[in-house]
Amino acid sequence: MPKQRIKPSQREASIRKTDFKQVGFGFTKEEAIEEAKRCLQCLKPLCSTGCPVGINIPAFIKQIALNNTSKALTILKEKNNLPAVCGRVCPQENQCEKFCILGKKSESVSIGNLERFAADNAVEESATVNCVSKNMKIAIVGSGPAGISCGADLLKFGYDVTVFETLHLAGGVLRYGIPEFRLPKEILDKEIESLKKLKLKIVLNTLIGRTKTVQNLFDEGYKAIFIAAGAGLPVFPKIEGENLNHIYSSNEFLSRVNLMRAFDFPNYDTPIYRGKNVVVVGGGNTAMDSARTALRLGARSVKLVYRRTEKEMPARSEERIHAKEEGIEFLTLTNPVKFIGDEKRFVKAAECIKMELGEPDASGRRLPVEIKGSNFTIETDTVILALGLHPNPILPSLTENLQVDKHGYVVIDENLMTSISGIFAGGDIVGGSTVISAMGMGKKAAIAINDFLTKVQD
Amino acid sequence: MYKIISKKLLSPKIYNFLIYAPEVAKNAKAGQFIMFRIDDKGERVPLTIAGANVKEGWVRIIFQEIGKSTSHLACLEEGDFIKDFAGPLGKPTEIKKYGTVVAVAGGVGTAEILPVIKELKKTDNKIITIIGARSKDLIILEDELKAESDELFFATNDGSRGIKGLVTDILREVISNEKVDLIYAIGPAVMMRASADVSKEKKIPTMVSLNPIMVDASGMCGACRVVINGETKFACVDGPEFDAHLVDWEELYSRLTLFKENEQISLDKFKKSLEDGNCGCPNKE
Repeated sequence: MPKQRIKPSQREASIRKTDFKQVGFGFTKEEAIEEAKRCLQCLKPLCSTGCPVGINIPAFIKQIALNNTSKALTILKEKNNLPAVCGRVCPQENQCEKFCILGKKSESVSIGNLERFAADNAVEESATVNCVSKNMKIAIVGSGPAGISCGADLLKFGYDVTVFETLHLAGGVLRYGIPEFRLPKEILDKEIESLKKLKLKIVLNTLIGRTKTVQNLFDEGYKAIFIAAGAGLPVFPKIEGENLNHIYSSNEFLSRVNLMRAFDFPNYDTPIYRGKNVVVVGGGNTAMDSARTALRLGARSVKLVYRRTEKEMPARSEERIHAKEEGIEFLTLTNPVKFIGDEKRFVKAAECIKMELGEPDASGRRLPVEIKGSNFTIETDTVILALGLHPNPILPSLTENLQVDKHGYVVIDENLMTSISGIFAGGDIVGGSTVISAMGMGKKAAIAINDFLTKVQD
Repeated sequence: MYKIISKKLLSPKIYNFLIYAPEVAKNAKAGQFIMFRIDDKGERVPLTIAGANVKEGWVRIIFQEIGKSTSHLACLEEGDFIKDFAGPLGKPTEIKKYGTVVAVAGGVGTAEILPVIKELKKTDNKIITIIGARSKDLIILEDELKAESDELFFATNDGSRGIKGLVTDILREVISNEKVDLIYAIGPAVMMRASADVSKEKKIPTMVSLNPIMVDASGMCGACRVVINGETKFACVDGPEFDAHLVDWEELYSRLTLFKENEQISLDKFKKSLEDGNCGCPNKE
């Protein structure tokens, strides 16, 4: 029998739900080495085929087993520009770990935790890019996972890369969306700093489309542009009362807390309402993040309302388990039909209806159908809507000839090139969904941009 | 960091700043706004652009000292820095020949209407400007308004300048005397609504520039949602200008009160720190 998978220790749910510190501690060195030794070092590793950025997984694990953490990180960074982030937020159970041969008989190697260990514990080797400068400027729109990953790879090809970010801090969804207890901002800062050392230029406070147009960028001498402007326009359910006070999109709620640090108001200027009876609508990772954040802001009760069953929830199982451990109540097969306000238009109740699963829909999941007459109300003082996002419309609407589909996603070809020659796009703006898939697209775009510019020159 | 290259007090509590932000200045157009964040702990605050100079690289903002962020901004001096200054944001005003345009502004909205009438004047519109203020001391930018207006009227609460009354009293008279093709109103929400109510009877197209609470101001968070003709819109992406006759004003009013208590806490804390002789400005060089 192979050895059991080692699980890193975690903070008690009752304690961790009172603050914003990380949930899991990560491997100790001894644990990491022992876990790394479980890896069979397959000759034809299936795990790597499940990695959207194609990390040589057995090779980095081998270095950890040999107590050579820095070498492990070097191998990770050959393919992954944000290993400390990915080690924490990637859905490994559906990617690399899903394919691990050990998983067939017992449990897969804990690849995500090993990645996190290497990224957190390696002594960073001198950051240099070993290549000849191509002396060509490339602009990246958006400093989220797609943009950063593309930018970093383009640096490695020898390009002069500038990333433009609308907000006052870099990182995109990693900055405003993912909470501190899943991804400490200190870790994100460190990853971004290490990319800056590689000469990645990041220009903040710049909304491409408004501050500068795409045409302005070409006029300034940029030879190619990668659009990774991310998601925008949160989806609202279009039901009565959805704009009552203290009904937030998850993006607003999380941005206030993560980006603006409203949990530390009035030390920080941005306020947040600390609801006591919170209702979160949705079943994705963002819904879990919102629910757990509300809890940490002091909610007595947090109810997660989802129209399907837990089985259909898009959230990672780890996040669901953590949420439940912390006391988030799941109300599945339930959907809000209207929100009720008090005389000052502050939300006081959510009227919901019970659902049952019908025939499968386009996504293959069974379509939830309302059960007539099953309405009931939940008392609440804060509602957070985590129902997904439409692609950000600003840049496409201000860029002539940039084609979008009927949902507003930028149309790309197999090389991620848009309808305009020299402009590529990836991440949420083309319909990506996870951090790592966005990073995968960023990498692919970097290769495509390099090919494109090489051809143009020839 | 963005340098304050000029600071002027226009009237009690209303300031005129020129901020060195050449990239913002380049594409700034009438009707658009910027977001500023004063320091690492600051909130993101929208302010309408009151002018820009591409050659000299500055953007003009005019603001009234009301809450914590504007009070903090007011205590900075020429040569100091603001941490973040992003823009231009929002859709610009549609500049074309309408015919006769009545521009209505109240309070600090006066500053915001200036670039709009300047552009509308250039496209051969007749500009009738109506300015409202509590008293004559609070009237700002009179010379500049005069230069861009064919007719200029004032309404003050105490009658110390122009008529004693409201901007809508003048508006009602103007639209009964001549054919007006567009009304453009900017200022406090109640004033914009009152203007819309007056023009509705005569079905005169009326635009207002809305000022809901914003966080990212780039279409990501939905804090600034407003209901226009029964449909939820985002002021930062779809606005800030909307057809005044389609705005759900009651909802806008209530959403503006969302953080009233917190705003007071923040302001009190700031005032206390001023009394203690420390405004906490890391912005001073």
